Amino acid sequence: MSEKIYVFKKFERFWHWSQAALIMFLMLTGFEIHGTYRNFGFEKAVGYHTVAAWTLVGLWVFAVFWHLTTGEWKQYIPTTEKVVAMTKYYLSGIFKHAPHPFRQTQLRKHNPLQRLAYLGVLLFISPLIWITGWLYLFYDQWAAWGLGSLDLSIVATGHTIGAFLMLIFFIAHIYLATAGHTPTSHIKAMITGWEEVE
Amino acid sequence: MLRIPIGVAMAGWLALFATASALADDPPPVKLNTTADHTKFKELNGPFKSGPEVTKACISCHTEAARQVHRTKHWTWEFMNPENKQRLGKKNVINNFCISIPSNYPGCTACHVGYGWKDASFDFAKEENVDCLVCHDTTGLYQKPPGLAGNPVVGEPKELPPGSGKFIKPVDLAKVAQKIGKTSRDSCGACHFRGGGGDGVKHGDMDTSLAAPTADVDVHMDAEGLDFTCGTCHKASSHDVPGSRYTPTALDKGGAHIRGKDEKKRNPATCVACHDNAPHKKAKESARLNHHADKVACQTCHIPAFARGGVPTKMVWDWSTAGKLKDGKQFTVKDKKGHDIYASHKGDFVLGENVKPEYRWFNGEITYTLLGDKVEKSDKPTQVNRIGGSPTDGKSLIWPMKIMRGKQPYDPVNKTLVTPHTAGNDDTNYWKNLNWEKAIETGMRTSGAPFSGKVDFVETEMYWPTTHMVAPKDKSVGCAECHTKNGRLEGIGGVYLPGRDANPLVDKAGWVIALLTLLGVIGHGVLRIVASRKA
Repeated sequence: MSEKIYVFKKFERFWHWSQAALIMFLMLTGFEIHGTYRNFGFEKAVGYHTVAAWTLVGLWVFAVFWHLTTGEWKQYIPTTEKVVAMTKYYLSGIFKHAPHPFRQTQLRKHNPLQRLAYLGVLLFISPLIWITGWLYLFYDQWAAWGLGSLDLSIVATGHTIGAFLMLIFFIAHIYLATAGHTPTSHIKAMITGWEEVE
Repeated sequence: MLRIPIGVAMAGWLALFATASALADDPPPVKLNTTADHTKFKELNGPFKSGPEVTKACISCHTEAARQVHRTKHWTWEFMNPENKQRLGKKNVINNFCISIPSNYPGCTACHVGYGWKDASFDFAKEENVDCLVCHDTTGLYQKPPGLAGNPVVGEPKELPPGSGKFIKPVDLAKVAQKIGKTSRDSCGACHFRGGGGDGVKHGDMDTSLAAPTADVDVHMDAEGLDFTCGTCHKASSHDVPGSRYTPTALDKGGAHIRGKDEKKRNPATCVACHDNAPHKKAKESARLNHHADKVACQTCHIPAFARGGVPTKMVWDWSTAGKLKDGKQFTVKDKKGHDIYASHKGDFVLGENVKPEYRWFNGEITYTLLGDKVEKSDKPTQVNRIGGSPTDGKSLIWPMKIMRGKQPYDPVNKTLVTPHTAGNDDTNYWKNLNWEKAIETGMRTSGAPFSGKVDFVETEMYWPTTHMVAPKDKSVGCAECHTKNGRLEGIGGVYLPGRDANPLVDKAGWVIALLTLLGVIGHGVLRIVASRKA
């Protein structure tokens, strides 16, 4: 018998989906700037990428404020509890209709693997992209900031590594969105805020 | 009958008088750009029997003019490069067009600002040997045909070359002298548009299309717009015209020139001299574009192609195929537009219009291969001039270049370039006799250089930095023409160009891991579906 709990608040859902759209658009324009394919044309791609990046910065200002004021940042504190159980579940239990080892609550809405993954995004992938991205944007200011000896190829390569990590996260994330209590329960929750739990 | 009071009538007459006298005081309807009307000088009434007679008249008022000209490259055709101490100038350098001057003075000095330089005996100290008219003519009537050592035809029509049946009409020197004025695109262009022996041949960014160009061909010289003359940028003082192909300014960090400041030290003909070091002010990405100017010369983006005015330029000149005859006579082969692509006395040409430049790091240093410098025949073409530059020397920018390629005669025993005697009317010049050994023998004797008697041909390259024919801003080179693989700047090292460059390892690893992740989740998904069917 399943019940529903309210896990994702309005702002959180808005944050998630607008961030998702921006990140997809940033990957689309970013890999064009990288020379992977031709879509908008280099000049437009750079312009769109820049606008999308600043929009994401704006969104993050709100998101950081929201996380701090609501205490929701605690959702990302890593835990080792049930990590092994979760891994086992993804590797075998899920095929045998074993019960999901993690029971969501409003205070623990992410399973331990999610916590680790999101923390990795927050602590590693995002800072890498943000720092290299900002440097990239202000390339013309490096000398004035005393960074004259910095090489664009290093910054650009760092940014590219960040983009690939984001792409890999993105692929896994979309798939794992179907790995909830039912294949659509996570996705529905992200849209409506209500998650079906056992 | 209508009676007009006398007072009113008088007033009417007075008004008429007033108008008439005002007309008499008005400035002349044609605005002269000088304070002297040279038609009013009795010294210029003529008749003049020679160029030097005109010059004597000129310097009777302009007392210092000739001696000023004497100090310039336009007069000496000689230039000592202060950086590398090479003795350059038209007199000394070798190129891969008509090759060299020393034994060909009467032909080449048609473009000298003097009269009578037919050989080494020319008197450079004589003031009346300076040709004032060639630069200051405004009529377009003044001509100096090749073969007369810089003299115009005066008096009777002259057959040139002798025996050809072609007669050149004499110039009315008094008429030309009375109409002199400031230099113009036409007067500078009379020589500079025709460098290398014909319209557009040498430079690619200078040809007769610049006489009255549209904005598309040259946004500054645009005859219906800014209408710059050459002198607007190459602003001369004391007859010394700034700007140099021997010591060009590749990187100008000095900002816009303030009048009077550093005028002696700085080249006023650079883009920066007017436009400053941060010239993009209104453009959308102005900061980014200004930053490009740290690495990229203005010309690189703003001259998308040279030879844009409908006049082709020579891109390749192969002397090694010269000398063929048809029915025992010299002949030419022309392309569809009527331009020579083969001539018995010159060899094969490849012409180009709307040519995309090649790009190089360039710091303004140019080193010539001079007569006597060792030349090795190898797979690599001999550099007639070598340019300096690197991404890290702090003095270089990425510059557009016309790279002239060719094959030209050299001495395989002494391993030097040679200075053949080409033009003339004797039995050794190449153009008439088609005999390299004789032509080079004469030429090298005139140059005072040894010649083994053996002739071979060597591939050569010569660099011509492109700087004229600046296009309107909306026609400048777009971002994606360089920010792409195999774009305009392919092969330019030392800069990371987004869109062109990537760390190959990161790219490979990135795509492989992303693909494995994708396959992994697809596999996982398929297994889940299969498992749920079984259940």
